[in-house]
Amino acid sequence: MEIKEKKPLEKVCLICAKGSLEDVYASLVMANGAVMEGIETNVFFTFFGLDGITKKSMNHLHTATTGNPAMRMPGGLPFPTMLGGLPGVESAVSGMMRKQMDELGMPPVDEFLEMITAGGGTIYACKLAVDMFKLKKEDLSDEVKDIITIGEFYELCDGDRTQIIFT
Amino acid sequence: MSEKTIAGVQVKVSDDGYLEDMTQWNEEIAKEIAKEIGIELTPKHFELINYLREKTIAKEALTIRSVGKSGIVDVKGLYELFPKGPLKFSSKIAGIPKPTSCI
Repeated sequence: MEIKEKKPLEKVCLICAKGSLEDVYASLVMANGAVMEGIETNVFFTFFGLDGITKKSMNHLHTATTGNPAMRMPGGLPFPTMLGGLPGVESAVSGMMRKQMDELGMPPVDEFLEMITAGGGTIYACKLAVDMFKLKKEDLSDEVKDIITIGEFYELCDGDRTQIIFT
Repeated sequence: MSEKTIAGVQVKVSDDGYLEDMTQWNEEIAKEIAKEIGIELTPKHFELINYLREKTIAKEALTIRSVGKSGIVDVKGLYELFPKGPLKFSSKIAGIPKPTSCI
């Protein structure tokens, strides 16, 4: 007999290791989505992903305008790589992208982090990366609960209905 | 889609248990669905439910962010009213369709 018992996810642990606009938002959308579904949620920011929880940078994240084959001009024409390398282009394109996201009702990073913790999700920073970038707890968003090692993060990932997602 | 009797009223519900026709909704139905989920409705719940229904009639997309800015509750308060399902449970109780928002 076929067993059809559903085993819903109980816990989602996300690791955000990259600091581009799309990578950080991918983690935030998945984390917030999990919290909204009533799933226990832990997010671990490491390496360049720390930009997503660093007060100074979190609301000014960039998307790469070079080395990004999916980049398009407004209207859909290909975006020349040479153009993407000019000073100020990445900044302008990223600003436009953030504006479009805002129009869709996507919150800025600081507010997104607040939404995740408001629902009971927990945000962590990687100790090794924090030390490497010479950051301090006060440089990070107030929503960051703690600076922990990867070992400690794995301890939080226990349970047989837990998934770890790396972005 | 199937028929179901909630609080003595025959209503059409989706496979997930959301009311198919929001005009069939009344407060007794809300209380019964809430009880099934395990939520006891307070006047604050109803204030929010009515807000959700108004926005649905106005065809506005609902997100926890927009509800958090409604002036009725903030995002944290919304989670306190409807734990583990701020949009899903509130929509189900409000008799409106399953939310399609990611935020």
